[in-house]
Amino acid sequence: MLLQELLRDYLPIAILLFVATGMAFAMVALGHLFGPRRDGKAKLMPYESGMTPIGSAVRRMPVRYYLIAVLFVLFDIEVIFLLPWAVVLRKLGLFGLIEMLVFVTILLVGYIYVWKKGALEWE
Amino acid sequence: MLEILPLILVFPLAGMLLNAVFSRWMDETWIAIFACGASGTAFVIAILQAIALSGNHFHVETVLIADWITIGNLHLPWQMRVDTLSLTMMMLVTGVGTLIHIYAVGYMRGDPRFARFFIYLNLFITMMLVLVAADNYLMLFVGWEGVGLCSYLLIGFWYDKGDNGVGNARAGRKAFVVNRVGDMGFLIAMFLMFGAVGSLNFDDVLYFFEHNGVEVAGLATVVTLLLLVGAVGKSAQIPLFVWLPDAMAGPTPVSALIHAATMVTAGIYIIARSAPIFALAPVSQTTVALVGASTAFMAGTIAVTQWDIKRVLAYSTISQLGFMVAAVGLGGYVAGMFHLITHAFFKALLFLAAGSVIHGVEHGGHHTHDHCDAQDMRNMGGLRHRMRITFWVYLVGAVSLAGVFPFSGFWSKDEILADAWNVGVVQGHWHGVAVYVLLVLAAILTAFYMTRQIVMVFFGEPRSSAAEQAIENPPVMTTPLIVLAVLSVVGGALNLPGWHTLGHWLEHTHHFFHGLDFNLGVALGSTVFALLSIWIGTLVYYRRPLENATAPDQLEGVLGPVFRFLYCKWHVDELYSKTIMALYEWKARFLAFQVDWYFWHDFVHEQLIASAFRGVTVVLSGPVDKGVINPFFDGMAQLVRTFATRVLRPLQTGYVRNYALGVMLGVIIVLGMIFVNEGM
Amino acid sequence: MTISNLNLVGTLPLLFLSAWACGLLLVDLWIPGDRKHMTGWMALSGFAITFFWVSSNLGQREEAFGGMLAIDGFSNLLHLVFLGSGILATLLALNYLKQHDIERGEFYPLMLFSVVGMMIMSMAKDLIVVFLALEMLSIPLYVLVGFARTRADSEESALKYFLLGAFSSAFQVYGIALIYGATQATGFAAIGDAVAISGASPLLLAGIGLMLVGLAFKVSAVPLHMWTPDVYQGAPSVVTGFMSVGAKAAGFAAIVRIFFSAFHSLAADWAPVIVLFAVLSTVIGNVAAISQTSIKRMLAFSSIAHAGYVFVAIVPGGYGALSDFAASAVIFYLAAYGLTNIGAWSVVIAVDHADGMGSDISNYAGLARRSPGLAAAMTLFMLSLTGLPPTMGFVAKFYVFRAALAAGYTWLVVVGVVTVLISAYYYLRVIVVMWMNSGDGQVVTPRALNFTVGVTAAATLVLGLLPGPLMAIVESSVRGLF
Repeated sequence: MLLQELLRDYLPIAILLFVATGMAFAMVALGHLFGPRRDGKAKLMPYESGMTPIGSAVRRMPVRYYLIAVLFVLFDIEVIFLLPWAVVLRKLGLFGLIEMLVFVTILLVGYIYVWKKGALEWE
Repeated sequence: MLEILPLILVFPLAGMLLNAVFSRWMDETWIAIFACGASGTAFVIAILQAIALSGNHFHVETVLIADWITIGNLHLPWQMRVDTLSLTMMMLVTGVGTLIHIYAVGYMRGDPRFARFFIYLNLFITMMLVLVAADNYLMLFVGWEGVGLCSYLLIGFWYDKGDNGVGNARAGRKAFVVNRVGDMGFLIAMFLMFGAVGSLNFDDVLYFFEHNGVEVAGLATVVTLLLLVGAVGKSAQIPLFVWLPDAMAGPTPVSALIHAATMVTAGIYIIARSAPIFALAPVSQTTVALVGASTAFMAGTIAVTQWDIKRVLAYSTISQLGFMVAAVGLGGYVAGMFHLITHAFFKALLFLAAGSVIHGVEHGGHHTHDHCDAQDMRNMGGLRHRMRITFWVYLVGAVSLAGVFPFSGFWSKDEILADAWNVGVVQGHWHGVAVYVLLVLAAILTAFYMTRQIVMVFFGEPRSSAAEQAIENPPVMTTPLIVLAVLSVVGGALNLPGWHTLGHWLEHTHHFFHGLDFNLGVALGSTVFALLSIWIGTLVYYRRPLENATAPDQLEGVLGPVFRFLYCKWHVDELYSKTIMALYEWKARFLAFQVDWYFWHDFVHEQLIASAFRGVTVVLSGPVDKGVINPFFDGMAQLVRTFATRVLRPLQTGYVRNYALGVMLGVIIVLGMIFVNEGM
Repeated sequence: MTISNLNLVGTLPLLFLSAWACGLLLVDLWIPGDRKHMTGWMALSGFAITFFWVSSNLGQREEAFGGMLAIDGFSNLLHLVFLGSGILATLLALNYLKQHDIERGEFYPLMLFSVVGMMIMSMAKDLIVVFLALEMLSIPLYVLVGFARTRADSEESALKYFLLGAFSSAFQVYGIALIYGATQATGFAAIGDAVAISGASPLLLAGIGLMLVGLAFKVSAVPLHMWTPDVYQGAPSVVTGFMSVGAKAAGFAAIVRIFFSAFHSLAADWAPVIVLFAVLSTVIGNVAAISQTSIKRMLAFSSIAHAGYVFVAIVPGGYGALSDFAASAVIFYLAAYGLTNIGAWSVVIAVDHADGMGSDISNYAGLARRSPGLAAAMTLFMLSLTGLPPTMGFVAKFYVFRAALAAGYTWLVVVGVVTVLISAYYYLRVIVVMWMNSGDGQVVTPRALNFTVGVTAAATLVLGLLPGPLMAIVESSVRGLF
């Protein structure tokens, strides 16, 4: 019984899984069917965020890149938190608003700190 | 009124503590005010007590201060007793004490240990009052030892002076050690009393003896003889009198207060206090009387030959104490106490006057840089012109001591002689006759040596430049002298024949205390003897005065070896040192060297115990410890160390991957343990 | 939907310290680089205010944030330990950072944040809060450990600590997830109810095990201790002194709260693991310390061993009526260890040098002649760590062993006493070196350091001689909590 309920809860996810997989396959298949083929050496290489996939695994990278990435992740989470909050804001009422203000203020402190420290300047 | 009695102790004690703590911030005036004030206040309290007691129909009162010892049957409180006997002593101690305090202010002026002197003096007053106000023998003993301590401290007051710089300290020690012998007797007497009675309270003890009467006569004899030993020590009687002459090393006020007027009379006081016990022991009484009379005579003979002004008085004191002891031995308690009081007046007067003389001559010595012995009568002479007041008061004291009518000494001494006459001739006891003869001889000697002293000191020409320049002392010293002189003159009025004031007063304490009727024959006899003796003394010394400070005594030529024998104090000191001291030292040496060092230390400790111990330790430390125990623990320690370095250290590689593996291992262990434990 | 029973008033000291930390982070931005000690003093005042605030109200019994936080004698007393170690460490840092040329303003806010994390940890009554607090105290510590950026060993130790910390955190999160899966709850009370109804399931037991691993890592129990010596050696000594007390105490606080309340009925399952930790930590920690030549590594192993002794006190917690006794013993032991250990690290700082010299035990030779006061204090600390009278360490060990004896673990106490004997070897060696060997070397003793050493030494001695009042406070604060 329990297992069945559990499975029923996960049914939409399973459907999503199938749809997504099907969609991916469909895209590739459609491109294969209708797209022109002009292959070259570079075109056949695996694509990965604009990075050269061949060479030493250990590569020198500007440290700023990590800094910006970490900061991005940090402030991105704010948005993830903000979205569900916005949905139920009416239910939460004034308390919810104050809570979010506190949260944002704390982030703001971090933001000011980062800004003043010059972490947002590329050069 | 009686409940303020403890204050009589509190004030002298407070004076002592005040000076002990604050004297460094006070000058001599303030120290003197506190000390004399403390003593004077105590005197006032004693007077008030006397008034209160007479208002109370002389009913004996006790005042409980605090519980002291309560063990089983032994119950000893700090309890004070007011009766006519103790009050007499209290008034005497505080009254004469206060006068001597005042005198000492002048005498000790400028001494670097001024404050200390008065601290000791106040302590002495406190202790003496504890002695006389005690309601039980043990509290009395506390005071007894306390005054002994003060005596020791004050004899050695100038501890850095005297022969070889230690003479005074030695004198103090001698007094202390000799007194120990007497104390031992007193202590054993107390043990016996407690054993028999189960209490040391005067009332209990005396009631026990009075009640049981002849049944306990044997015990009474032993106890009284032991008490006599104590009294002999404290009151400087044969055979323990040797400490008192040496005690003259102390400052003169001390000699007057402690070694003439108060402390040395404690022996007479305990005999009087224990009168009911003595009444049961005729043997003891006889012994007491004979000891007293012999002492009176022997000390008198020595006094005749001494040069030192204070030594003459010291032997005179011993002699007079002998009179008192003889009196109480004969049951003449009133006579004994009467003589005790009058003697306190005129002997204190004589000592203080002697101090005045010494002071004056010393002053003259400073003036002329003639540093002769200021106490040697051969260095004096003709002082009557330079020290008028001192001369007159000295004369009063001397005639009083000599027993010349109507001075106080006449009345009291006469009463003792009358007692002796009564016991010897009227009652027909042989010892009464002996005592009478000895005392009459002593009285003749007394008059003689006082005449000798007066003449040598005050008449003739000065025999040293110091004596020429001697000056009279300031009023602070002479005023007490005058007061004491007046007392010496009128002191006899305390117990005039017919009135018997003192006798009736003391009767309230014991029914044994009663005066004797005046014996005109005895009085006339002793007066004649005294005057005759004075006349002979004048013949010997006044007619042919000493030519110079080194000339031999006029008597020496006449008496020869006898004079020298007397001068050497009958060789008693030498006898003691040859017999008792030598034996003691031999015993001490034997114990120290033979027993303690050679036998105990060398043989028992070194050879038996130590070598056996060494043998055992060699075995224990060698085969046992080094062979077995040590290697075992070394091995354990080595094992731990090896484990740490060989096993644990390599694990700590410093690589994160290995550490992560460790964490993983931990996870496996924990989960494994939980599941194995659960049986899954 | 709002959270019922928010109780902001009860958590005011905590909120104040958090706000103070945030504010200080901003204020510090405008404090010039050569005046960073001002930040330190401000942090110190924040600590001090909170310390007195908390200590004025020890006996509270409240809950906050809908039952996720507890405000009671247990948490308040541990707050004092955290804040106290924060105060002493900040005092030491004032000179240490400048002397080692690593003075930066962020140090102090990080300390504050870490202490806030510790405080929350001791209040947590919910697994989510436990994890949150764990990360909140750990992440600033990772940074603090690597604060001496110019030194490679500092960076190395920071990285090691971070990696292994993250590794063990993962286990812990996994454990929390499993526990939630088994009980449908994260609050301790709810978990306790669920466990009481359904009993132990494999899922729950696995969750408990993994949870325990995560916390045991924080308190550096054997066999999860490997990081400790490396990190303690590499980190700035101030940070080591602070974290060896604070992080350890926080970890134990969480263990006591979780296992005494949520999993109380499962004591038969978890107590053996605790016993294992106790035995392994005391034995391996003390034995390994013997072979150390660096005083920092020696103290690291010593801290592992002391974690073992605290575990000895936790063992009786599963035995119903003894829970309060056990919790009191834990608090007293942590307080004693905290005072003594920070004192010892203060002396290490005094002897330590910017060039990395001075951390060898041989550097302590002749300390008694060069600065007798410091040597005397160190002697006292070593005696206290060994557990000899008349020091607080003795009383604490006595307390702990008494608790274990009451629960019937005589053999565990025997093991404890034997390991104490072993530990005497390396603690007393420091004393011997200080007083009997001769040597020379500079000692830096600024006033703040002297103060720290003096306060800790005095407290170690006084509380060793008169432990009664403190014991009474601890026992009355904890009574009836578990």
